Amino acid sequence: MDIFGSFALILALLVAVYAFVAGIVGILTRRPLLTRSAANAGMAVFLLVTLAVASLEYFFFTDNFSMAYVAAHSNRALPAFYKFAALWAGQEGSLLFWSWLLSIYVFFTLLVNRNKHPELMPYAGVVMAGVQIFFLVLNNFVASPFNVLASPDAAGAWRLTAIGDGHGLNPLLQYPEMVIHPPMLYLGYTGFTIPFAFALAALLGRYPGEKWIHITRRWTMIAWCFQSIGILLGAHWAYAVLGWGGYWAWDPVENASLVPWITGTAFLHSVMMQEKRGMLKVWNVWLVFTTFMLCILGTLLTRSGVVSSVHAFAQSSIGNWFVGFLALTFVVCFWAYWMNRDYLRSDNQLDSLVSRESSFLFNNLVLLAGCFAVLWGTLFPVISEWVSGSKISVGPPFFNKVNVPIALFLLFLTGVGPLLAWRKTSLDALKRNFAWPLAGGVLTGVVAAIFGFREIYSLICLILSVFVTLTIVAEFYRGARVIAARDGTNLLAAMGELTMRNTRRYGGYIVHFAIVLIFIGIAGSAFNQDIQKEMGVGDTISIGRYSILCQNFDRVANNNFESERATLEIFRDGRSVMMLYPERRFFLASQVTETMVAVQSTPRHDLYVVYAGRSPETGRPVIHAYLNPLVKWIWFGGIVLVLGTGLAMLPNRRAALVLRPAPKKSWGEAPSGASPVGVVARASDAHD
Amino acid sequence: MKARGKFLVGSGIIVVTLASLAYVGFTQSKTYYHTISELSALQGGALRQRMRVSGNVRTGTIERLVGSVNFVLEEQGKALNVSYIGRDPLPDTFKDGAQALVEGRLSSDGHFIAEQVQAKCASKYEANPGEAPAVARPAQSSSLTRVPAGGRQS
Repeated sequence: MDIFGSFALILALLVAVYAFVAGIVGILTRRPLLTRSAANAGMAVFLLVTLAVASLEYFFFTDNFSMAYVAAHSNRALPAFYKFAALWAGQEGSLLFWSWLLSIYVFFTLLVNRNKHPELMPYAGVVMAGVQIFFLVLNNFVASPFNVLASPDAAGAWRLTAIGDGHGLNPLLQYPEMVIHPPMLYLGYTGFTIPFAFALAALLGRYPGEKWIHITRRWTMIAWCFQSIGILLGAHWAYAVLGWGGYWAWDPVENASLVPWITGTAFLHSVMMQEKRGMLKVWNVWLVFTTFMLCILGTLLTRSGVVSSVHAFAQSSIGNWFVGFLALTFVVCFWAYWMNRDYLRSDNQLDSLVSRESSFLFNNLVLLAGCFAVLWGTLFPVISEWVSGSKISVGPPFFNKVNVPIALFLLFLTGVGPLLAWRKTSLDALKRNFAWPLAGGVLTGVVAAIFGFREIYSLICLILSVFVTLTIVAEFYRGARVIAARDGTNLLAAMGELTMRNTRRYGGYIVHFAIVLIFIGIAGSAFNQDIQKEMGVGDTISIGRYSILCQNFDRVANNNFESERATLEIFRDGRSVMMLYPERRFFLASQVTETMVAVQSTPRHDLYVVYAGRSPETGRPVIHAYLNPLVKWIWFGGIVLVLGTGLAMLPNRRAALVLRPAPKKSWGEAPSGASPVGVVARASDAHD
Repeated sequence: MKARGKFLVGSGIIVVTLASLAYVGFTQSKTYYHTISELSALQGGALRQRMRVSGNVRTGTIERLVGSVNFVLEEQGKALNVSYIGRDPLPDTFKDGAQALVEGRLSSDGHFIAEQVQAKCASKYEANPGEAPAVARPAQSSSLTRVPAGGRQS
């Protein structure tokens, strides 16, 4: 079976090379058959990599401990759920997983567009095949997941050996979220390959018009959505598992996942400048290129141990491959840009400072500044060692000082930008759109300040959050009122109708609202409290309105771990409300101890209790309790964000299909969608 | 061109503000990595910087006292006396012979006052030579256990 997997991988590489070469030859000789064949090869890569993945999973589920990768990341007692997830627990497997996800994207891109854009797709196919070749080379020759364990026998010949039981999956990964967090993040990272391929293809093929932008935007939204989910799940995992009471530590690997997300966000906004006004063409192309390169850099940081982090600990030579690929990508991008720079000439100039254009420009400016700051801080140990010879790291204060103002400014633009007109906004329009939301925000701020809300950044965040929410509500209300008045429906139905007619615009507003929710949650961290105390049975600690009574300590064991557990009774305002059971688990296979946090989460705050270990002096258990306000809003905002993004990807509904009930489908009758009835008025795209 | 000029001025203000904030944040949080042998060569202001030092815990030197845990870190034959004064329990990986990374400041008598201790033991995840070829650290993992001292972090 290991032969089978290796064989599938080598074949996948050969087929990808064929897709690449045949694609180029097809473009040069203008042979449609060859181009078609290259696209088919691109799709076949998916099948072959799938076989390799299936083969590796088979080893996990059959506990085949002669496979080095399986022996290193699984053991017999590991629950089946985690045996599946062990695929991406280590370097070789996660790179294979990476190739697989990429091949899925490539497969669907080729499938969806197989009869479209004959001038663009061949180029895009070549770029995608190029990226696939790189990862498949790594899978085959640098970090093969199909290595077997072998030891020399008496005669000195190598013999296949197996060990009795594997080393087990790292306990930190034995958590349900770790089964979905890496796939989401990887779907984000790999997904940005598709916009990259289209951008480079459009440039190389000098594809006329802004059509590629439309195709790219949707794929960018898919990747962006996965990246957002991945980042938030990662934050949630850090919060729920690492047991330090926070969700974001500006760790290099967290930062690595954030930077392409930032440039992707910038692109999703600036792309509108190109669609509507024919501006920022060079900028957009480079944003897509940068996003892709940051994804590769992110992998480099995670995998190579260039910067030390909780995540990346390995000193591995694979980094050189990524550096090489990054350099090659940059050279190709720059060459493509330089040869075709006249193709990217801007159609328009900025007309006014108070306009949609300038709000997008400022949005992009601060997003990129934030991206640069995060990248700079992350790479500073490396940079300072090169420049001055001493390795200097920067901590959270650096990142927070720069990024908090940036985030607040962006929040302000979130409220202002969508309501500014293209080209120039009149003073009247400004008053009409902003007077009430601004008044609402300021009023909230004043009331909050009177009630002793004094953290300045959190206060600004609160004011802006109210302001942005009110502008969004006003937008929905204004549009829905028109529809409701005309069609005689109620306001709520009219809002649904409005949203479906211009999904992109109103889905975008929902995403903006999600960002508001997330920001409110983050602003709550300014009011975090924590307390830590040695506790015996019968001892109590108090935090906020809660007091925690220690009832018991006991031990639980199964064949995967042994755990020490505290039984705590929680009182709120003197009334007993619940029990919490923070644990420390000692995992037998890996001989590692991990904390299991107990959290009681409400929209208002999280009571987060950690069994921190035993006191160095007395050997008594130490309980660390945190009271973190509003954290739940972040996770809730994440859900809203996904819904909003999903909505924005839907095609706009045609007005007529909604106003009349769809005729019942029956045999012999045409499907309702095929026969448009009544007046078909397309919702105007002019406003988004 | 007028709008463009205004935009550039606005951008300039934003960039300068952010750069100055970045500088302040940088001076507040920069931490130097030093090896134990480098410490003795430090002079003047460099001695008062916040720094990180790594080494192995010398076997038998861990003393658990009231209010601190003392131990000796060694690296390439050089030794450093460390007092850990953080209030968080030390990680379970912190044992005789473990690789440790301490963060804090040097006191005037050459003692290192650590506010944070991270420790890494020879975990089973490390590949034994000749066994698995370069089994890397899993993506989201470490035997490097975090002990954030000083409570609040966000």
